[in-house]
Amino acid sequence: MLVLAACVLLVAERKGLAVPFRSALTSLVYPVQQAVSVPTRLVSSAREAFSSYAGLFAENQRLRDEQLILKTRLMKFATLEQENIRLRGLLETSFKVGEQMQIAEVLSVNLFPFEQVLVVNKGARFGAHVSQPVFGATGVVGQIVRVSPVSAEVLLITDSNHGIPVQVNRNGLRTVAVGTGQLDQLALPYLSGSADIQPGDLLVTSGMGGIFPPGYPVATVTDVAAQGSPFAKVVATPVARLDLLREVLLVWSKADPVPRVPEPPSAALGGATHTEASAANSHDTRTR
Amino acid sequence: MTRARGSLGIRWLAAVSLLLAMMLRILPLPPSLATFNPDWVLLFLISWALSTPAHIGLATAWIVGLFTDALTARTLGQHALAYTAVIYVCQRIQPRLRFYPLVQQSLLVALLLSVSRFLVFWTQNGRGPEITDNAYWLPIVSGLLAWPLVQNSLDLLRRRFGAH
Repeated sequence: MLVLAACVLLVAERKGLAVPFRSALTSLVYPVQQAVSVPTRLVSSAREAFSSYAGLFAENQRLRDEQLILKTRLMKFATLEQENIRLRGLLETSFKVGEQMQIAEVLSVNLFPFEQVLVVNKGARFGAHVSQPVFGATGVVGQIVRVSPVSAEVLLITDSNHGIPVQVNRNGLRTVAVGTGQLDQLALPYLSGSADIQPGDLLVTSGMGGIFPPGYPVATVTDVAAQGSPFAKVVATPVARLDLLREVLLVWSKADPVPRVPEPPSAALGGATHTEASAANSHDTRTR
Repeated sequence: MTRARGSLGIRWLAAVSLLLAMMLRILPLPPSLATFNPDWVLLFLISWALSTPAHIGLATAWIVGLFTDALTARTLGQHALAYTAVIYVCQRIQPRLRFYPLVQQSLLVALLLSVSRFLVFWTQNGRGPEITDNAYWLPIVSGLLAWPLVQNSLDLLRRRFGAH
Protein backbone atom coordinates (compact mmCIF):
# COMPACT_ATOMS: atom_id res chain seq x y z
CA MET A 1 0.00 0.00 0.00
CA LEU A 2 2.87 2.30 0.84
CA VAL A 3 4.54 1.43 -2.43
CA LEU A 4 1.32 2.33 -4.16
CA ALA A 5 1.22 5.64 -2.30
CA ALA A 6 4.78 6.37 -3.41
CA CYS A 7 3.86 5.63 -7.02
CA VAL A 8 0.80 7.85 -6.78
CA LEU A 9 3.00 10.63 -5.42
CA LEU A 10 5.48 10.18 -8.25
CA VAL A 11 2.73 10.55 -10.82
CA ALA A 12 1.05 13.40 -8.97
CA GLU A 13 4.28 15.35 -8.79
CA ARG A 14 5.01 14.82 -12.45
CA LYS A 15 1.61 16.24 -13.24
CA GLY A 16 2.36 19.14 -10.89
CA LEU A 17 -0.36 18.39 -8.37
CA ALA A 18 1.77 18.05 -5.27
CA VAL A 19 3.19 21.57 -5.12
CA PRO A 20 1.75 22.72 -1.76
CA PHE A 21 2.65 19.39 -0.16
CA ARG A 22 6.14 19.63 -1.57
CA SER A 23 6.75 23.16 -0.35
CA ALA A 24 5.56 22.17 3.13
CA LEU A 25 7.97 19.23 3.16
CA THR A 26 10.82 21.34 1.85
CA SER A 27 10.18 23.89 4.58
CA LEU A 28 10.34 21.07 7.10
CA VAL A 29 13.74 19.84 5.94
CA TYR A 30 15.12 23.34 5.51
CA PRO A 31 16.44 23.42 9.11
CA VAL A 32 18.44 20.28 8.35
CA GLN A 33 19.99 21.98 5.34
CA GLN A 34 20.67 25.05 7.46
CA ALA A 35 22.30 22.94 10.16
CA VAL A 36 24.65 21.35 7.65
CA SER A 37 25.44 24.65 6.06
CA VAL A 38 26.17 26.61 9.22
CA PRO A 39 29.53 25.04 10.21
CA THR A 40 30.99 25.61 6.75
CA ARG A 41 29.84 29.18 6.73
CA LEU A 42 31.10 29.69 10.26
CA VAL A 43 34.57 28.57 9.24
CA SER A 44 34.72 31.04 6.40
CA SER A 45 33.32 33.89 8.46
CA ALA A 46 35.74 33.05 11.29
CA ARG A 47 38.54 33.26 8.76
CA GLU A 48 37.28 36.72 7.87
CA ALA A 49 37.01 37.76 11.50
CA PHE A 50 40.56 36.73 12.31
CA SER A 51 42.18 38.09 9.18
CA SER A 52 44.82 40.66 10.00
CA TYR A 53 44.30 44.40 10.12
CA ALA A 54 46.77 44.90 7.29
CA GLY A 55 44.95 42.42 5.14
CA LEU A 56 41.64 44.11 5.80
CA PHE A 57 43.15 47.49 5.10
CA ALA A 58 44.55 46.34 1.79
CA GLU A 59 41.26 44.77 0.83
CA ASN A 60 39.38 47.89 1.82
CA GLN A 61 41.71 49.99 -0.31
CA ARG A 62 41.30 47.69 -3.24
CA LEU A 63 37.53 47.69 -2.93
CA ARG A 64 37.48 51.46 -2.69
CA ASP A 65 39.52 51.77 -5.87
CA GLU A 66 37.29 49.30 -7.57
CA GLN A 67 34.19 51.17 -6.48
CA LEU A 68 35.58 54.42 -7.82
CA ILE A 69 36.24 52.88 -11.20
CA LEU A 70 32.83 51.24 -11.29
CA LYS A 71 31.08 54.44 -10.28
CA THR A 72 32.80 56.35 -13.03
CA ARG A 73 31.78 53.70 -15.50
CA LEU A 74 28.24 53.75 -14.19
CA MET A 75 28.09 57.51 -14.68
CA LYS A 76 28.77 56.96 -18.33
CA PHE A 77 26.38 54.06 -18.40
CA ALA A 78 23.48 56.24 -17.26
CA THR A 79 23.95 58.63 -20.17
CA LEU A 80 24.44 55.75 -22.57
CA GLU A 81 21.25 54.16 -21.35
CA GLN A 82 19.32 57.35 -21.92
CA GLU A 83 20.82 57.67 -25.36
CA ASN A 84 19.97 54.09 -26.15
CA ILE A 85 16.36 54.59 -25.12
CA ARG A 86 16.18 57.75 -27.21
CA LEU A 87 17.64 56.05 -30.26
CA ARG A 88 15.35 53.08 -29.85
CA GLY A 89 12.53 55.60 -29.67
CA LEU A 90 13.62 56.92 -33.04
CA LEU A 91 13.68 53.37 -34.39
CA GLU A 92 10.24 52.81 -32.91
CA THR A 93 11.22 49.75 -30.89
CA SER A 94 10.78 49.30 -27.21
CA PHE A 95 13.46 47.91 -24.96
CA LYS A 96 13.54 46.59 -21.45
CA VAL A 97 16.17 48.09 -19.23
CA GLY A 98 16.72 47.66 -15.57
CA GLU A 99 16.01 44.63 -13.47
CA GLN A 100 15.30 44.36 -9.81
CA MET A 101 17.60 42.23 -7.76
CA GLN A 102 17.81 40.74 -4.34
CA ILE A 103 20.73 39.08 -2.64
CA ALA A 104 20.30 35.52 -1.43
CA GLU A 105 22.77 33.42 0.51
CA VAL A 106 23.83 30.05 -0.84
CA LEU A 107 23.57 27.19 1.63
CA SER A 108 26.61 24.99 1.43
CA VAL A 109 24.93 21.65 0.95
CA ASN A 110 25.41 19.00 -1.68
CA LEU A 111 22.00 17.72 -2.66
CA PHE A 112 22.82 15.15 -5.28
CA PRO A 113 26.27 14.50 -6.73
CA PHE A 114 25.15 14.36 -10.35
CA GLU A 115 23.07 17.47 -10.43
CA GLN A 116 24.21 20.99 -10.02
CA VAL A 117 21.57 22.44 -7.82
CA LEU A 118 22.10 25.11 -5.18
CA VAL A 119 19.85 25.91 -2.26
CA VAL A 120 19.45 29.58 -1.46
CA ASN A 121 17.86 31.10 1.60
CA LYS A 122 15.21 33.22 -0.11
CA GLY A 123 11.95 31.67 -1.15
CA ALA A 124 8.40 32.44 -2.11
CA ARG A 125 8.04 34.70 0.90
CA PHE A 126 10.44 37.08 -0.81
CA GLY A 127 8.66 36.74 -4.13
CA ALA A 128 11.02 34.22 -5.69
CA HIS A 129 9.34 32.15 -8.36
CA VAL A 130 10.07 29.19 -10.60
CA SER A 131 12.24 29.91 -13.67
CA GLN A 132 13.49 33.13 -12.18
CA PRO A 133 17.01 34.01 -13.37
CA VAL A 134 19.81 33.98 -10.83
CA PHE A 135 23.04 35.93 -11.30
CA GLY A 136 26.36 36.04 -9.57
CA ALA A 137 28.50 39.13 -9.23
CA THR A 138 30.15 38.56 -12.59
CA GLY A 139 27.74 36.54 -14.68
CA VAL A 140 24.71 34.33 -15.01
CA VAL A 141 24.49 31.50 -12.49
CA GLY A 142 21.27 29.66 -13.31
CA GLN A 143 17.56 29.67 -12.75
CA ILE A 144 15.20 28.68 -9.96
CA VAL A 145 13.54 25.32 -10.46
CA ARG A 146 11.62 25.00 -7.21
CA VAL A 147 10.56 27.30 -4.44
CA SER A 148 9.37 26.75 -0.92
CA PRO A 149 8.31 29.59 1.38
CA VAL A 150 11.77 29.81 2.92
CA SER A 151 14.18 28.49 0.32
CA ALA A 152 14.64 27.94 -3.38
CA GLU A 153 16.53 25.47 -5.53
CA VAL A 154 18.68 26.93 -8.27
CA LEU A 155 19.68 24.87 -11.30
CA LEU A 156 23.12 25.97 -12.49
CA ILE A 157 23.77 26.71 -16.15
CA THR A 158 26.38 23.93 -16.18
CA ASP A 159 23.91 21.20 -15.19
CA SER A 160 23.59 18.74 -18.04
CA ASN A 161 19.85 19.37 -18.19
CA HIS A 162 20.18 23.10 -18.60
CA GLY A 163 20.41 25.12 -21.79
CA ILE A 164 20.64 28.88 -22.00
CA PRO A 165 20.08 30.96 -25.15
CA VAL A 166 23.18 33.08 -25.76
CA GLN A 167 24.70 35.26 -28.42
CA VAL A 168 28.28 36.09 -29.20
CA ASN A 169 28.86 39.62 -27.96
CA ARG A 170 31.22 40.44 -30.83
CA ASN A 171 28.88 39.73 -33.75
CA GLY A 172 25.47 38.81 -32.38
CA LEU A 173 25.63 35.16 -33.47
CA ARG A 174 22.85 33.36 -31.60
CA THR A 175 22.96 29.83 -30.23
CA VAL A 176 22.24 27.77 -27.13
CA ALA A 177 24.84 26.94 -24.48
CA VAL A 178 24.11 23.67 -22.72
CA GLY A 179 25.63 22.42 -19.51
CA THR A 180 28.07 19.55 -19.44
CA GLY A 181 27.81 18.50 -15.83
CA GLN A 182 31.20 20.01 -15.05
CA LEU A 183 31.27 23.25 -13.12
CA ASP A 184 33.72 24.95 -15.48
CA GLN A 185 32.35 23.91 -18.84
CA LEU A 186 29.52 24.78 -21.18
CA ALA A 187 29.11 23.27 -24.63
CA LEU A 188 27.75 24.97 -27.75
CA PRO A 189 26.63 22.01 -29.84
CA TYR A 190 24.40 23.79 -32.34
CA LEU A 191 26.96 25.75 -34.34
CA SER A 192 28.02 24.89 -37.88
CA GLY A 193 31.67 24.29 -38.65
CA SER A 194 31.94 27.59 -40.46
CA ALA A 195 30.39 29.71 -37.68
CA ASP A 196 32.24 32.90 -36.84
CA ILE A 197 33.31 32.12 -33.31
CA GLN A 198 36.75 32.07 -31.79
CA PRO A 199 38.40 31.53 -28.41
CA GLY A 200 38.04 34.55 -26.17
CA ASP A 201 34.59 35.53 -27.43
CA LEU A 202 32.20 36.62 -24.71
CA LEU A 203 28.80 34.96 -24.73
CA VAL A 204 25.93 37.05 -23.37
CA THR A 205 22.30 36.17 -22.78
CA SER A 206 20.23 36.78 -25.89
CA GLY A 207 16.89 37.04 -24.13
CA MET A 208 15.36 34.59 -26.58
CA GLY A 209 13.84 32.11 -24.15
CA GLY A 210 12.07 34.84 -22.22
CA ILE A 211 13.62 33.72 -18.95
CA PHE A 212 16.97 35.48 -18.86
CA PRO A 213 17.04 39.21 -19.57
CA PRO A 214 19.25 40.02 -22.57
CA GLY A 215 22.80 41.31 -22.40
CA TYR A 216 24.28 39.63 -19.32
CA PRO A 217 27.60 37.80 -19.58
CA VAL A 218 27.36 34.01 -19.44
CA ALA A 219 30.67 32.51 -20.53
CA THR A 220 33.82 33.01 -22.53
CA VAL A 221 34.71 30.67 -25.37
CA THR A 222 37.83 28.68 -24.56
CA ASP A 223 38.11 26.13 -27.31
CA VAL A 224 36.87 25.83 -30.89
CA ALA A 225 37.46 22.66 -32.86
CA ALA A 226 35.71 22.81 -36.22
CA GLN A 227 37.87 20.66 -38.44
CA GLY A 228 36.37 17.83 -40.42
CA SER A 229 32.81 17.88 -39.11
CA PRO A 230 29.67 19.79 -40.07
CA PHE A 231 29.27 20.95 -36.48
CA ALA A 232 31.79 22.95 -34.57
CA LYS A 233 32.83 21.65 -31.19
CA VAL A 234 32.86 24.73 -29.01
CA VAL A 235 33.63 24.78 -25.29
CA ALA A 236 33.10 27.79 -23.05
CA THR A 237 33.84 28.59 -19.42
CA PRO A 238 31.18 30.32 -17.30
CA VAL A 239 32.07 33.86 -16.31
CA ALA A 240 30.70 33.41 -12.79
CA ARG A 241 32.86 31.23 -10.56
CA LEU A 242 30.21 28.62 -9.88
CA ASP A 243 32.33 26.67 -7.39
CA LEU A 244 32.93 29.67 -5.14
CA LEU A 245 29.44 31.10 -4.86
CA ARG A 246 28.39 32.36 -1.45
CA GLU A 247 25.85 34.97 -2.45
CA VAL A 248 23.75 35.17 -5.56
CA LEU A 249 21.31 37.71 -6.94
CA LEU A 250 17.72 36.82 -7.67
CA VAL A 251 16.58 38.90 -10.59
CA TRP A 252 13.14 40.18 -11.46
CA SER A 253 12.78 41.37 -15.03
CA LYS A 254 10.72 44.46 -15.47
CA ALA A 255 7.38 43.38 -16.77
CA ASP A 256 6.66 46.51 -18.79
CA PRO A 257 9.09 47.77 -21.42
CA VAL A 258 10.35 51.33 -21.25
CA PRO A 259 8.08 53.56 -23.34
CA ARG A 260 9.36 54.93 -26.60
CA VAL A 261 9.28 58.52 -25.44
CA PRO A 262 11.38 58.49 -22.28
CA GLU A 263 9.96 59.97 -19.12
CA PRO A 264 12.04 62.20 -16.88
CA PRO A 265 15.28 60.49 -15.89
CA SER A 266 14.26 59.75 -12.31
CA ALA A 267 11.50 57.41 -13.44
CA ALA A 268 13.61 55.68 -16.04
CA LEU A 269 16.37 54.93 -13.60
CA GLY A 270 14.03 54.01 -10.78
CA GLY A 271 14.03 50.28 -10.33
CA ALA A 272 17.68 49.52 -10.94
CA THR A 273 18.48 47.76 -7.70
CA HIS A 274 15.78 47.87 -5.17
CA THR A 275 14.26 45.31 -2.89
CA GLU A 276 11.05 46.80 -1.59
CA ALA A 277 9.12 46.77 -4.82
CA SER A 278 10.31 43.29 -5.71
CA ALA A 279 7.39 41.47 -4.17
CA ALA A 280 4.87 43.47 -6.14
CA ASN A 281 6.87 43.05 -9.30
CA SER A 282 7.21 39.31 -8.93
CA HIS A 283 3.47 39.18 -8.84
CA ASP A 284 3.43 40.58 -12.33
CA THR A 285 5.89 38.01 -13.55
CA ARG A 286 3.94 35.19 -12.08
CA THR A 287 0.68 36.17 -13.68
CA ARG A 288 2.38 36.67 -17.01
CA MET B 1 6.50 1.69 32.96
CA THR B 2 10.17 1.10 32.40
CA ARG B 3 9.40 -0.69 29.17
CA ALA B 4 7.38 2.25 27.89
CA ARG B 5 10.19 4.62 28.78
CA GLY B 6 12.67 2.35 27.03
CA SER B 7 10.65 2.32 23.84
CA LEU B 8 10.30 6.08 23.96
CA GLY B 9 14.05 6.39 24.35
CA ILE B 10 14.57 4.13 21.38
CA ARG B 11 12.22 6.22 19.28
CA TRP B 12 14.10 9.37 20.19
CA LEU B 13 17.42 7.76 19.49
CA ALA B 14 16.16 6.54 16.11
CA ALA B 15 14.83 9.98 15.20
CA VAL B 16 18.04 11.73 16.19
CA SER B 17 20.26 9.23 14.39
CA LEU B 18 18.17 9.45 11.22
CA LEU B 19 18.40 13.23 11.38
CA LEU B 20 22.16 12.87 11.63
CA ALA B 21 22.09 10.53 8.64
CA MET B 22 20.21 13.14 6.62
CA MET B 23 22.82 15.72 7.50
CA LEU B 24 25.59 13.36 6.42
CA ARG B 25 23.72 12.80 3.20
CA ILE B 26 23.89 16.45 2.13
CA LEU B 27 27.30 17.23 3.58
CA PRO B 28 29.14 19.68 1.27
CA LEU B 29 32.05 17.44 0.31
CA PRO B 30 34.48 18.21 -2.50
CA PRO B 31 33.14 16.81 -5.78
CA SER B 32 35.58 13.89 -5.92
CA LEU B 33 34.47 12.69 -2.49
CA ALA B 34 30.81 13.54 -2.98
CA THR B 35 30.38 10.76 -5.54
CA PHE B 36 31.47 8.31 -2.83
CA ASN B 37 29.11 9.62 -0.15
CA PRO B 38 27.03 6.55 0.72
CA ASP B 39 23.30 6.59 1.30
CA TRP B 40 23.60 7.14 5.05
CA VAL B 41 19.86 7.41 5.58
CA LEU B 42 19.22 3.96 4.20
CA LEU B 43 22.16 2.46 6.11
CA PHE B 44 20.78 3.83 9.36
CA LEU B 45 17.28 2.72 8.47
CA ILE B 46 18.42 -0.85 7.76
CA SER B 47 20.34 -0.92 11.01
CA TRP B 48 17.26 0.16 12.93
CA ALA B 49 14.97 -2.21 11.07
CA LEU B 50 17.27 -5.11 11.93
CA SER B 51 17.58 -4.42 15.62
CA THR B 52 14.18 -3.03 16.55
CA PRO B 53 11.70 -4.21 13.91
CA ALA B 54 8.86 -3.46 16.31
CA HIS B 55 9.55 0.28 16.25
CA ILE B 56 11.05 0.95 12.85
CA GLY B 57 8.96 -0.48 10.09
CA LEU B 58 7.59 0.26 6.67
CA ALA B 59 5.73 3.40 7.69
CA THR B 60 8.89 4.94 9.13
CA ALA B 61 10.80 4.00 6.00
CA TRP B 62 8.17 5.64 3.83
CA ILE B 63 8.11 8.87 5.81
CA VAL B 64 11.89 9.05 6.06
CA GLY B 65 12.08 8.42 2.32
CA LEU B 66 9.70 11.27 1.70
CA PHE B 67 11.85 13.60 3.78
CA THR B 68 14.92 12.44 1.90
CA ASP B 69 13.17 13.26 -1.36
CA ALA B 70 12.45 16.77 -0.21
CA LEU B 71 15.95 17.10 1.19
CA THR B 72 17.76 16.08 -1.97
CA ALA B 73 15.33 17.71 -4.40
CA ARG B 74 14.09 14.49 -5.97
CA THR B 75 10.61 13.90 -7.29
CA LEU B 76 8.51 13.15 -4.23
CA GLY B 77 8.14 9.42 -3.80
CA GLN B 78 11.41 8.26 -5.30
CA HIS B 79 13.19 7.52 -2.06
CA ALA B 80 9.91 6.70 -0.31
CA LEU B 81 9.38 3.91 -2.80
CA ALA B 82 12.97 2.69 -2.66
CA TYR B 83 13.25 2.71 1.12
CA THR B 84 9.91 1.02 1.64
CA ALA B 85 10.85 -1.76 -0.75
CA VAL B 86 14.25 -2.25 0.85
CA ILE B 87 12.91 -2.27 4.40
CA TYR B 88 10.23 -4.76 3.34
CA VAL B 89 12.91 -7.14 2.08
CA CYS B 90 14.91 -6.38 5.18
CA GLN B 91 12.03 -7.40 7.44
CA ARG B 92 11.55 -10.65 5.55
CA ILE B 93 15.16 -11.69 6.01
CA GLN B 94 15.65 -9.98 9.36
CA PRO B 95 15.74 -13.15 11.56
CA ARG B 96 18.62 -14.54 9.52
CA LEU B 97 20.38 -11.33 8.56
CA ARG B 98 20.70 -10.24 12.17
CA PHE B 99 22.90 -13.12 13.14
CA TYR B 100 25.05 -13.29 10.05
CA PRO B 101 28.73 -12.50 10.51
CA LEU B 102 29.51 -8.89 9.72
CA VAL B 103 31.14 -9.57 6.35
CA GLN B 104 28.19 -11.53 5.07
CA GLN B 105 25.86 -8.90 6.48
CA SER B 106 27.76 -6.16 4.67
CA LEU B 107 27.45 -7.96 1.36
CA LEU B 108 23.70 -8.37 1.78
CA VAL B 109 23.35 -4.75 2.80
CA ALA B 110 25.25 -3.76 -0.34
CA LEU B 111 22.70 -5.75 -2.29
CA LEU B 112 19.89 -3.87 -0.54
CA LEU B 113 21.64 -0.56 -1.24
CA SER B 114 21.86 -1.40 -4.91
CA VAL B 115 18.17 -2.28 -4.98
CA SER B 116 17.37 1.17 -3.58
CA ARG B 117 19.86 2.82 -5.92
CA PHE B 118 18.30 1.03 -8.86
CA LEU B 119 14.79 2.08 -7.86
CA VAL B 120 15.88 5.72 -7.58
CA PHE B 121 17.72 5.42 -10.90
CA TRP B 122 14.70 3.92 -12.57
CA THR B 123 12.21 6.50 -11.29
CA GLN B 124 14.68 9.26 -12.08
CA ASN B 125 15.18 8.24 -15.70
CA GLY B 126 11.48 7.87 -16.13
CA ARG B 127 11.19 11.53 -15.26
CA GLY B 128 13.49 12.68 -18.03
CA PRO B 129 16.83 13.85 -16.62
CA GLU B 130 19.30 11.08 -17.12
CA ILE B 131 22.08 9.72 -15.00
CA THR B 132 24.54 8.07 -17.35
CA ASP B 133 27.65 8.26 -15.21
CA ASN B 134 28.95 4.95 -13.94
CA ALA B 135 30.11 6.74 -10.80
CA TYR B 136 26.43 6.77 -9.80
CA TRP B 137 26.89 3.23 -8.47
CA LEU B 138 29.99 4.00 -6.38
CA PRO B 139 28.07 4.79 -3.15
CA ILE B 140 27.10 1.11 -3.01
CA VAL B 141 30.76 0.21 -2.56
CA SER B 142 31.33 2.90 0.06
CA GLY B 143 28.07 1.84 1.72
CA LEU B 144 29.42 -1.69 1.94
CA LEU B 145 32.49 -0.36 3.70
CA ALA B 146 30.50 1.99 5.94
CA TRP B 147 28.02 -0.66 7.10
CA PRO B 148 30.15 -2.22 9.90
CA LEU B 149 30.83 1.25 11.26
CA VAL B 150 27.16 2.26 11.23
CA GLN B 151 25.93 -1.04 12.64
CA ASN B 152 28.49 -1.23 15.43
CA SER B 153 28.16 2.35 16.58
CA LEU B 154 24.36 2.22 16.51
CA ASP B 155 24.44 -1.10 18.40
CA LEU B 156 26.65 0.49 21.02
CA LEU B 157 24.21 3.38 21.40
CA ARG B 158 21.22 1.07 21.56
CA ARG B 159 22.86 -0.94 24.32
CA ARG B 160 23.62 2.24 26.22
CA PHE B 161 20.00 3.30 25.95
CA GLY B 162 18.71 -0.02 27.14
CA ALA B 163 17.35 -1.73 24.07
CA HIS B 164 17.92 -5.37 23.35
